[in-house]
Amino acid sequence: MSISDILANPLMTTVVIKAIVVGFLVSLCSSLLGVSLVLKRFSMIGDGLSHFGFFAVAIATVTGIFDFTIGNKPFSLALEFEMLVVVIVAIILLRLKNSKTKGDAAIAIFSTAGIALGSIVYNATGNNTMDVCTSLFGSSNIFTISDADLGFSVVLCVAILIFFVLFYTRIFAVTFDSDFAAATGIKSNFYNTFIAILTAVTIVLGMKMMGAIMVSGLIIFPALAAMRVCKSFKSVVIVSAVFSVVCFLIGFFIACTLSFQTGPTVVTVDVAAFILFLLISKIKAKINGKKAFNS
Amino acid sequence: MALITVKDLALAYEGHVVAGDISFEVNSGDYLCIVGENGSGKTTLMKALLGLMKIHAGSITFGDGLTQTQIGYMPQRTDIQKDFPASCKEVVLSGTLGNGKFHPFYTKEEKQRAQKNIALLGIEELQNKSFQNLSGGQQQRVLLARALCATEKLILLDEPVTGLDPLVTAEMYAIIKELNEKHGITVIMISHDIAGAIDAASHVLHLHHKPLFFGKKEDYLLADVGRDFLGGEAK
Repeated sequence: MSISDILANPLMTTVVIKAIVVGFLVSLCSSLLGVSLVLKRFSMIGDGLSHFGFFAVAIATVTGIFDFTIGNKPFSLALEFEMLVVVIVAIILLRLKNSKTKGDAAIAIFSTAGIALGSIVYNATGNNTMDVCTSLFGSSNIFTISDADLGFSVVLCVAILIFFVLFYTRIFAVTFDSDFAAATGIKSNFYNTFIAILTAVTIVLGMKMMGAIMVSGLIIFPALAAMRVCKSFKSVVIVSAVFSVVCFLIGFFIACTLSFQTGPTVVTVDVAAFILFLLISKIKAKINGKKAFNS
Repeated sequence: MALITVKDLALAYEGHVVAGDISFEVNSGDYLCIVGENGSGKTTLMKALLGLMKIHAGSITFGDGLTQTQIGYMPQRTDIQKDFPASCKEVVLSGTLGNGKFHPFYTKEEKQRAQKNIALLGIEELQNKSFQNLSGGQQQRVLLARALCATEKLILLDEPVTGLDPLVTAEMYAIIKELNEKHGITVIMISHDIAGAIDAASHVLHLHHKPLFFGKKEDYLLADVGRDFLGGEAK
């Protein structure tokens, strides 16, 4: 379906707008949380969480036990279930990070196990590869978001944004130096746990559109790109947020126009923009180097 | 009353005691140097003083208007900080956060406090630069300014000269000495650079899983343990 088809059909237009609203907010949240995660060397957490989320989605899709009808209205708790599972994994991963099992090994375990278990669930119930492909890479046709899920997503994303703004200075302190922050009375563990939980929530919200494999791209690329060109934490946060939202919108538009899957398209745009930032930083370094040499 | 009174302290990891029988006092204006080999329990003791780990036995009491969260802690630089995008101002400002009252942004008072300490350590020109691009000595000054933002009375320095060249090391010691003598800030310093570290110290605590010595520096220099450890470098 092309852009003109969509615009010709008012019903489709609302669907697209809903998708853009959720995508916009999720990109924004994930980029902010991503700054802290990437800096704490916890980039892979998104992968671990989303891959395990794939398992949760498989269970919810295949069994359908979270879909009800109340009166005549369909009603689903699938998203809430997926969120609960992924939040629990996030808390477990955080615990393991401080134990003897290395954090990255723990993430790898959940990551692989999630995909394996999810695929088995689909296989065992004879679901076609289309379902698997959709939950891994995101929908290729523009999916439908229920009004309940839309409302839920918007409320959670706004809550995450408010949290980030209110606790910005503390998030910086905890990210830069957890021990120092704890020594001055800031509850480092609380913030670290909270950031992991919010990441889990954001990932689940973005998973349907982006796909389980692709969604962690929203977390790492904006922060990594911003870190190439920015010198202060504040500017990294701002650039990362703008980067994420712009890349999402471009990717989403391309995906709609060419009927590509949303997840891979958005991530490809992220990769391209990241390379651009990389080049900019190299050129900048070269110019500065020359200046320093000449002066 | 002493700023810090440590009594019969024992510290353990997962039930395994790594340091014990520790008793000492830190009074206002003291410059205490905690020395010992790697793995002697210095870092563990420091974590306990900062409230970062549970006490196995004994007690740490704070007095004279000092609370545990008002210790200005200067940790060793971490790997994370090596490529961390943060301006020096942001780093120093973050030292003011632990005053108990919650407000989302820095207050005017906190900003002034940060500026005062930036000026005190002579890093005004660095404040908008990125922390990761500074030299080791400059980074230590920034971290010391941050520590001063968290305290009025006492700083706790963990190996402050590790990785610095001799000239910068001497500068760092001079700054710490000045903070102690001119500004009346009590200093606790952990170091394995013994000869350099205890030069300006008033007291020494020599740790090897338990204290081998605690007392005035002059006595330490004469004691057997001090002489052995200094390997004849004592003046």
